[in-house]
Amino acid sequence: MVNDPRELGVRANAIRHRNLIMLNRAGLGHTGGDLSAADILTTLYFSILNIDPKAPAKPDRDRFILSKGHCAGVLYTTLAEAGFIPLNELDTFMQPLSRLNGHPNRNKVPGVETNTGALGHGLPVAIGAALAAKLDDAVWRTFVLTGDGELQEGSNWEAAMAAAHYKLDNLVLIIDRNRLQQGDATERTMHLEPLGDKWRAFGWSVQEVDGHDHALLLNTFRNVPFEPGKPSCVIAHTHKGQGVSFMRDRAEWHHRVPSKDELTVALDELGENGHGSTL
Amino acid sequence: MAQLFDCRDAFANALVNLARTDCRIVTVVNDSIGSSKVANFGKEFPGRLVNVGIAEQNMVGIAAGLANGGKLPFVCAASCFLTGRALEQIKVDLAYSNANVKLCGMSSGLAYGELGPTHHSIEDLAWTRAIANMTVVVPADPIETEQAIYAAARFKGPMFLRISRMPVPIIHPADYQFEIGRAACLREGNDITLIANGTVVVRALEAAALLTERGVHARVLNMATVRPIDRDAIVEAATQTNGIVTLEEHTIYGGLGSAVAEVVVTTHPVPMRILGIPGVFAPTGSAPWLLDHFGLTPIAIRDAALELIEARQTA
Repeated sequence: MVNDPRELGVRANAIRHRNLIMLNRAGLGHTGGDLSAADILTTLYFSILNIDPKAPAKPDRDRFILSKGHCAGVLYTTLAEAGFIPLNELDTFMQPLSRLNGHPNRNKVPGVETNTGALGHGLPVAIGAALAAKLDDAVWRTFVLTGDGELQEGSNWEAAMAAAHYKLDNLVLIIDRNRLQQGDATERTMHLEPLGDKWRAFGWSVQEVDGHDHALLLNTFRNVPFEPGKPSCVIAHTHKGQGVSFMRDRAEWHHRVPSKDELTVALDELGENGHGSTL
Repeated sequence: MAQLFDCRDAFANALVNLARTDCRIVTVVNDSIGSSKVANFGKEFPGRLVNVGIAEQNMVGIAAGLANGGKLPFVCAASCFLTGRALEQIKVDLAYSNANVKLCGMSSGLAYGELGPTHHSIEDLAWTRAIANMTVVVPADPIETEQAIYAAARFKGPMFLRISRMPVPIIHPADYQFEIGRAACLREGNDITLIANGTVVVRALEAAALLTERGVHARVLNMATVRPIDRDAIVEAATQTNGIVTLEEHTIYGGLGSAVAEVVVTTHPVPMRILGIPGVFAPTGSAPWLLDHFGLTPIAIRDAALELIEARQTA
């Protein structure tokens, strides 16, 4: 477990570094969303989750469900950094017969808890897992990361009701609130605000954080549940393309991948092995 | 007139029996405790009856998560809403993830006849059997229903079971052993084969009895598992009886008849007749009336078989 937020920052940048190389090699992927979620995944995998790469299916593990499955890239990079899959396997991302599909598959990749890719699926599955733990009086927890645009899927709101109804204080929803979706800003496409109030109205305990501040993320995740008897919702304010100036907050980087030249500039910004970014 | 039974009773009893010895079993419903007949389950295992309200997408996702957490969920909901409303969850959360969840499509087929096409579930077999990893089972009577539930609990992986509320007689012996993927031969015969499942198996048997009056000895197969289908039984029937009539309480597009035809045309082509709902939204009426309306009477089945035999002889 990493306790130093600065070390988490270094690791997150290393993950961004590997991620961009992987996306460039594959010529496919979701660059912007990968970069926006990198700090959240790094904090969870290196400081919060009770998981073991040597026993990825141990029954008492914490579950992490990536509902925004199109950001499989950052999940694979994180799983590789955490020792669930070999680092050099990242070179096979989206190649023929690779187990690293464009969207994660639990039957192929150790550490993946459920198959995602279609949006609005992760939260209901996470509720089922949290409910199973409650039925067994078990202490393991379930974390689920959704995109913000993804919340336009109605299934999330069915789930929002159920999580509060079942008092799932062992469930943590993290919303990657980068305010951009594939085509445009979320608020211009189908507005979501007041987002925190919506979750509160559904019976959740809500905290909003800077999704790139490792000290804040650490502190927030260590303090779940925020209230006993209520599911916790973390609205993580992030920037799509975080870490690379020309990608940051640009909708077109939703699923554009860096060319060789763009990669050179991006890696330069991130610093040697990703150890130097300031963004 | 033989005594008629509601297969949901056998289903509910089997589920309670299983739950007594297998603490993994949970039942997930969408405000359908009464229509799924799981009130007794809830009385005996209150914590293990999860009612998600009227929210089928969430219901199937929750079931996948429960399986992820080590539970063995049986999801019970009206088949029309379970399969139709949550089809992508069935594909992604259950089948693609290979989640150990059993979907019980209650009141399937035309059981809600009078309520109209919103409540008819005559596409559920086509939808579920098109999805990789899915096992699809349609029991025909209370004995087979009970056996199928036990088999589902032993089977690891996603499964769809179609449970009717339409009263049916007992057609299997008490010691019948249901096996996933294996057809049951209910009547021997080498002139033609009738293949059915679910509520219309009894109609196939009645049609076979009528055929003997015309000197035609029909084989009757109960094809309870639609996927994986019993290829050997179908090839044997095609080879030995030279003609197949299928009947189902389902649209003829993509259901049992289609599944049988896929095997027949790629192995031993013989003439077939596929009886069922002919690709239309059904009018209102009771389930038995609708089955009669769509030509699933014993006489109409007999005539379809005779017509096939005649066509075969003149060909």
